[in-house]
Amino acid sequence: MPKFYFEDFSPGWVAEYGPRRVTREEMIGFAAQYDPQPMHLDEEAARHTMLGGLGASGWHTCCIVMKLLVDGLLRDAASMGAPGIDEVRWLKPLRPGDSLTVRGNVLSARASQSKPDRGFVSFLWEAYNDRGEKVMTLVCPQMLLRRDPGAAA
Amino acid sequence: MRYFDDINVGDRMELGSHSFTAEDIKLFAGQYDPQAFHLDEAAAAQSHFGALCASGWHTIAVWMRLRVLYGRREDAERAARGEVIAKLGPSPGFRELKWFKPVYAGDTVTYASEIAEKRASQSRPGWGLVFARNTGTNQKGEVVMSFIGSGFVERRPGAAP
Repeated sequence: MPKFYFEDFSPGWVAEYGPRRVTREEMIGFAAQYDPQPMHLDEEAARHTMLGGLGASGWHTCCIVMKLLVDGLLRDAASMGAPGIDEVRWLKPLRPGDSLTVRGNVLSARASQSKPDRGFVSFLWEAYNDRGEKVMTLVCPQMLLRRDPGAAA
Repeated sequence: MRYFDDINVGDRMELGSHSFTAEDIKLFAGQYDPQAFHLDEAAAAQSHFGALCASGWHTIAVWMRLRVLYGRREDAERAARGEVIAKLGPSPGFRELKWFKPVYAGDTVTYASEIAEKRASQSRPGWGLVFARNTGTNQKGEVVMSFIGSGFVERRPGAAP
């Protein structure tokens, strides 16, 4: 049984997951498969790009954050997935060997008008490297089952 | 890549198609999005999705791959014609991502990218920011995902700021 339902999230809720170290091999492996641009694949080529050195694909950073959220929260939550992502900002490159920590808070929560069994929680997730620099922000509405379907929200 | 100055709002790129197998869906989900409906047929059948479906991040990662490969083909053609290849920089982010429909095992998604907006970069001289609406459409003609991506593109040397 899930531990967390829609009702467990409201503004003021905060959490932190990680740290999770990301190796050079992993970065290059993801890039080779899904984002084979020189700035994500090759140290020398990357030095001559705007990143100024090898940096992870932003999609890889998103995927690592997603894994941290599933392991830390969503696996134990009555999650119905996300209908989308409002916004992602890639603020700094994630470098080989960096460790990611994700901090989250709830921006808003509302019960579905049309489906009484569920609600939407809007989360702001911020990913930091081990130097305390904010690498990425992600604003995402998460769909969750209600513990008490149809009760006044 | 064309220079920023040669890119027009409305330009459309057909990026190609990808078929999502059950094996690929589970492999990706195991690494990055291990929720039961992306990992296990029986659990997915019990979920609101009704059957095994791909992580939304997987459907986007495939878009990225096809976009990069499209760019490589375009660059090769430009080089063959003796044209200059403009540099493509990183992306500062994306917005308005919607996963409209699940992508089920066996689905084939066809991706496209259409230039939605462009502006010269204030912070980085010599670069512009290009915004594109990117879409994936399944074999039934249903749009399964859409988002507005962005990226830095080199400006033509000497272009007016």
